[in-house]
Amino acid sequence: MTTTVAATTIKARQRPGDRVFSTASVVSGSLILAVLAAVAVFLLVESLPAFVAPDEAFSGETRNFWEYVGPLVFGTVWAAVLALLMAVPIAIGIALFISHFAPRKLAQGLGYLIDLLAAVPSVVFGLWGITVLAPMVRPFYVTLVEWFGWIPLFEGPVSGTGRTILTVAVVLAVMILPIITAICREIFLQTPLLHEEAALALGATRWEMISMAVLPFGRPGIISASMLGLGRALGETMAVAMVLSPSAEVIFQLLTSENPTTIAANIALNFPEAHGVGVNILLATGLILFVVTLVVNMIARAIINSRKAFSGAN
Amino acid sequence: MSIDMKSSDTIIRPITNSLTAGKLPKRSPLWILLGSWLITAAVFLVLQVTEVADGFNLVGTLVFGTVLYCVAIYALSHMVEGARQAKDRLMTALVTAAFIIALVPLVSIMITTAINGLPAFITPTFFSSSMRNVVGAGGGVLHAITGTLLVTGMATLISVPIGLLSAIYLTEYGRGRLAKAITFFVDVMTGVPSIVAGLFAFALFALLFNDPGIRFGFGGSIALAVLMIPVVVRSSEEMLKLVPNELREAAYALGVPKWLTIMKVVLPTSIAGIVTGVMLAIARVIGETAPLLIIAGFTASMNYDLFSERMMTLPVYVYNQYVSQGVDAQSYVDRAWAGALTLILIVMVLNGAARLIARIFSPKFGR
Repeated sequence: MTTTVAATTIKARQRPGDRVFSTASVVSGSLILAVLAAVAVFLLVESLPAFVAPDEAFSGETRNFWEYVGPLVFGTVWAAVLALLMAVPIAIGIALFISHFAPRKLAQGLGYLIDLLAAVPSVVFGLWGITVLAPMVRPFYVTLVEWFGWIPLFEGPVSGTGRTILTVAVVLAVMILPIITAICREIFLQTPLLHEEAALALGATRWEMISMAVLPFGRPGIISASMLGLGRALGETMAVAMVLSPSAEVIFQLLTSENPTTIAANIALNFPEAHGVGVNILLATGLILFVVTLVVNMIARAIINSRKAFSGAN
Repeated sequence: MSIDMKSSDTIIRPITNSLTAGKLPKRSPLWILLGSWLITAAVFLVLQVTEVADGFNLVGTLVFGTVLYCVAIYALSHMVEGARQAKDRLMTALVTAAFIIALVPLVSIMITTAINGLPAFITPTFFSSSMRNVVGAGGGVLHAITGTLLVTGMATLISVPIGLLSAIYLTEYGRGRLAKAITFFVDVMTGVPSIVAGLFAFALFALLFNDPGIRFGFGGSIALAVLMIPVVVRSSEEMLKLVPNELREAAYALGVPKWLTIMKVVLPTSIAGIVTGVMLAIARVIGETAPLLIIAGFTASMNYDLFSERMMTLPVYVYNQYVSQGVDAQSYVDRAWAGALTLILIVMVLNGAARLIARIFSPKFGR
């Protein structure tokens, strides 16, 4: 009968070593999924008391957890978006420079140079932001407030230290440059050579070739790279905690001494001294940060993966 | 000869051909750039002489000079070469400028760290003592370096087996939905904020030991491992994929079991790349501050025991020295910078060694 055919399929002998090895690899693979689930579960369990915490647990006028976390979420998103606005155009420029403008022999070395920026620890970025960048940009802020103070974003009074949300955004932008650049570069290099050559053969200049062939091809990649950068900027802790002089409010002004702080920085600054339900409240804000970054990253990865299937470059 | 002479005499008027356009001389962008810088330098000099501004503004000169260059090259090219070429030249200038802009913070960070870090870095006690009972000047990073080595070493011990085995699963065994899910979530996991990893380790051990104020080094290792595993998986997976299938098939044809094929053929072939990946992963997590601040805490004393008491690490040391400056604040700031310098040097050495290993031992594939 037909079943005998299936039964005679040759199967490799299963040795004990094979079993041990394949089981071990499956287990550790699954362990990764388990860890990610565990992060969510343990944070959720530990943050449950925060959601029902009484008024006294919060200082000032905040009465419940959502009022507490609202301004923090705003600050996190605001700083990250500002950083992204600065980083994305520059990152695209760098990626184009490395992939299409720089001499071929230099290109890889220049790529390493940008990657070095990713190797600088975030605490060093914090030190640099507070001692070099903030004093350097302050005169610039003063001029900005003098000339453009009528624009609500640049309203005074100007901060005396330069430690404003805009400075933080600049530091964050520098920190997320490498990841955006790296992914844009990969995507730009995947542009089908025939598209580029066709554009050049029609008499296009190099920039016309890039805007006709490279950028349209790379658009999904640029979007997902930006989202990955956004994820990094949302979760970046030390640079924000060190550079910003915080006050947990919703403030749009970029240059004053009152700035909205971020979830991560708020945790880092308050965790060492927190006790009782205060710890749970901070953990709950951490849970919210985790969920937000997880969603952003999942969308970004989904876009990249869908692109991979079509590009034919792999 | 004579004909040539004659023709060169006669052709003086420019060729009027609608199919060719004028072209700027080959070196003209360079000269225009230098010219723009000179002009802005002159303007700033005048400002300095007339005492409108105090001191010569080098940064301003370079910035405004480059802006002037963009305008000049666009205008000139527009006149001589036409609108399309002008746009191309402008974009080339902007793209190059973007690259230079990115280098500015890198160079600035390196220089400031080196200059500010050296004074404390070269004091004799810096690498030989902890901060125990130190007020003001003196003291060192011995406890922080010990802590960093222990915590990061443990994190490596945890994450390398898990990461490597997962990579082996993904390349050698994984088919279907589980493999797809793992690949996807490994990528997602690389984006988990470091502070969330620290909070996870804290929540985990606070629940396990029922101690709401728990701080110890091993928790830091767990947090770092959460950050490190996805990096190890990604890089090892890439390296295992590079191993040619012919090698595996040759081993199978000789009757070698699958696990021995992986152990004796696949891994030795890709070991250089895997080591590189692991070193880069270590370099990435060794500078993490936030998770260690949360779960490993800070202390001024030596602690060799990962499983009890607070443990100082180098990044937290830098942060702590800067944030809680005591009397004689300058020596705290100096130590913070010296710690930063140590940290950067460690990361650079790890990065450099990793790239060196990759270059020397990796199989050569031309692209």
